[in-house]
Amino acid sequence: MVCETWTEKLDAYLDGELPVAEARALGEHLRGCSACAAESLSKVQQKLAVRAAGQRFRPDPAFRTRIQSSIAARPPARWNRFWLPILASATVVLIIGILPLALNRGRSGQQQLVSELADLHVATLASSNPVDVVSTDRHTVKPWFAGKIPFTFNLPELQDSPFVLVGAKVSYLNQSPGAELIFRVRLHQISVFIFQERALGNTRTDDAMQTALSFNLRSWSHNGLRYFVIGDASPQDLDKLSELLKAAG
Amino acid sequence: MPHFERLYNFACWLTQDRHEAEDLVQETYAKALKGFSSFQPGTNFRAWIYKILRNTFLTSRTGLKATANVPLDLEGEEQVLPTAKETPESILLQRSDSQLVQQAMEQLPIAYREALLLCEVEEMSYQEISATLGIPIGTVMSRLSRARRALRAAVAKMQQKPPEAEPRG
Repeated sequence: MVCETWTEKLDAYLDGELPVAEARALGEHLRGCSACAAESLSKVQQKLAVRAAGQRFRPDPAFRTRIQSSIAARPPARWNRFWLPILASATVVLIIGILPLALNRGRSGQQQLVSELADLHVATLASSNPVDVVSTDRHTVKPWFAGKIPFTFNLPELQDSPFVLVGAKVSYLNQSPGAELIFRVRLHQISVFIFQERALGNTRTDDAMQTALSFNLRSWSHNGLRYFVIGDASPQDLDKLSELLKAAG
Repeated sequence: MPHFERLYNFACWLTQDRHEAEDLVQETYAKALKGFSSFQPGTNFRAWIYKILRNTFLTSRTGLKATANVPLDLEGEEQVLPTAKETPESILLQRSDSQLVQQAMEQLPIAYREALLLCEVEEMSYQEISATLGIPIGTVMSRLSRARRALRAAVAKMQQKPPEAEPRG
């Protein structure tokens, strides 16, 4: 009677469908009951035999190719027919709309920076006190910045050049202090801004910037400092002053 | 193509004809693609596509013919195939008896054959078989039990049958 109960569950046991507790109990029983063990063995043999015999038919490779091509040739499903053009159009709009924005992000940041510098330059020109230190002597101006800005720089020897140092003041860009030097060439005033590169944040700057709000502009980096030369003087004047500043290091 | 080879094998067992099996598989994939929106993500894809194949077969001419002779619901019928006196020795089916087992499987009613194939060859769980055949799990268990008994009986009968005499030339 006990064996009859177990044999009813043998199929489920061998199919791995018996609950864990029952499977454990039946496993115990099989270890001690030769009749059930023999029945179990024959069922296992049958399962293996059916599995081997059942894997009988293999598709022709040509049939697979035919099916694949017939599937590929099918028209798109209704969902695709309806939504695909919309999705495609939306994608194109996104690409057209966002890609230039992404590409121009750096450029617009740079233009914003240059505009800010131009504003600072104009504000200096318009101010009744354009400079905080009035001196044509570079040996006066440079020490004046000590303790006011977190870096130092060299000023060029202007003798035998058309440029005159008017003075200097502390300026701020992105809440970071920097130096603004005012030079004069004939009747034109030129501002030279010197800031730490890190003060510019993620704003991309390059040496190719030439103009800003009709002002001429030159820019370069040296020793972690970014130099901007901006003014309404001729490009040649700005180039000359830039060379002098670069040479001073 | 998922399950391609196995679907083809299953289709051959159902139709017992390679050309019909190819048509059946092709139609199955076509229906699956067309009705993919009806497939619920998270449910069993294998059971879903096998169900499509089986339903397509059952509504085909061969399928209708196969199910017309033998009732699909065999659960109420105790003996479908004649039983033979079984001993553990006679039913010890070895892999070398593959051809014999194949012949016995061919003789099984379609409902037994498909249940056996899904369980032993496709190694589906009772739950998957239930979903594929559209029957309760209890029915899956009883159908499998009867299918196995029927197979044993068929094999035993063939083993007892004397080999046919070689035709004289």
